[in-house]
Amino acid sequence: MTKDVHIDTELFSILKSVPDPEIPVLSIIDLGVVRSAYLEGKNAFVEITPTYSGCPAMDVIGDDIKTELKKNGYIPNVKLILSPAWTTDWMTDEGKQALKDYGIAPPMDATSDKEALLGNKRVIPCPQCESKNTRLVSQFGSTACKAMFKCEDCEETFDYFKCLI
Amino acid sequence: MTNENLIHYIHGIADNSMILGQRISELCGHGPNLETDIALTNIALDLIGQTRSYYQYVAELSPKDITEDDVAFLRKEREYKNVLLVEQPNTDFAYVIVRQYFFDVFHYLLLKELEKSKNVNFQAIAKKSLKEVSYHKRFSGDWLKRLGDGTEESKQKTQQAVNDLWVFTDELFHMTKDDQVVADAGFGVDNSTLKSEYYTMVKSLLEECKLLIPEVEYFQKGGKKGIHSEHMGYILSDMQFMQRTYPDMKW
Repeated sequence: MTKDVHIDTELFSILKSVPDPEIPVLSIIDLGVVRSAYLEGKNAFVEITPTYSGCPAMDVIGDDIKTELKKNGYIPNVKLILSPAWTTDWMTDEGKQALKDYGIAPPMDATSDKEALLGNKRVIPCPQCESKNTRLVSQFGSTACKAMFKCEDCEETFDYFKCLI
Repeated sequence: MTNENLIHYIHGIADNSMILGQRISELCGHGPNLETDIALTNIALDLIGQTRSYYQYVAELSPKDITEDDVAFLRKEREYKNVLLVEQPNTDFAYVIVRQYFFDVFHYLLLKELEKSKNVNFQAIAKKSLKEVSYHKRFSGDWLKRLGDGTEESKQKTQQAVNDLWVFTDELFHMTKDDQVVADAGFGVDNSTLKSEYYTMVKSLLEECKLLIPEVEYFQKGGKKGIHSEHMGYILSDMQFMQRTYPDMKW
């Protein structure tokens, strides 16, 4: 989440309680997909942006936001915006930690990401045992936003949340 | 430039993503192994997601009261303006990868230019899509290397796919009248300017994998004018089946 994102305090905790349907440990606030949220009377206006164009979770996220807002007595107005395009930089530190605890390696910086995904260097630490002795299995993991890695020490395969900037 | 010019221009871009997305999604559950199956399905999903953004924009521009679904499911074959390359069948894995690579390089170069469009919708879609397409290009390029520089058999099959699909590459750079009008207005991209960089990139990778670059007398064309190969009808009949059978059905 970047500093220029404005979220009204009344709405913050409500949105914070909406999880990413595919990675339920991550709230949509921590994922950085909420780009603005403000109130006009009982009307709540929320702008969200997709992580990937074809992300099937967006429709669900939109619906979940509406449900939560209604539950809290607001009239929901959810809008999907494409610009500026989402980047993994908008993910909060809290979100990255939650990913790691969940067993998904959080996104690295752009340079390390490239090295890792091109198979040049072993830089993505295993979220289970911290070993850097890991290798890329596939550039696409269980969803478009992830790549699949294997730890050569503890032999676990794990998802890596790809860096997108 | 009229809205009609703009709509035709968008079809020229978005129909490629739509049809290739549909083509690759046929492989869902049929990939050669789990990783490539998932990767191809993800690429299909990206392409269809991008298509949705373009088609939503078409629906907005259209004088008729239509939605993105009408654009996808209620147009006839002749109204689809995708290039012939993307409708070619999934003959084998080598074909899938070569077709993908030939398209990805073009798609990447196109979006890099479209990002600079004067039209804010195009800018936004191109910026978003470019990030995704960079991954597609990396995936298909890596596999092309593995197959081309792999075993005797993989090399032979990949060379066959390159030979057969090469004739469809030139059409990527053709400009229709609408394309020209939209490009001149600073909204669209003049595809013909991408051609030399495209062939430099593609040829250098083919040489790296020790594959021969085909020499052909003429290139196939027609898709951009709505004249498609025999494969197109089958794709649409599959894709549009539900809407044609149960008109106005909702998911």
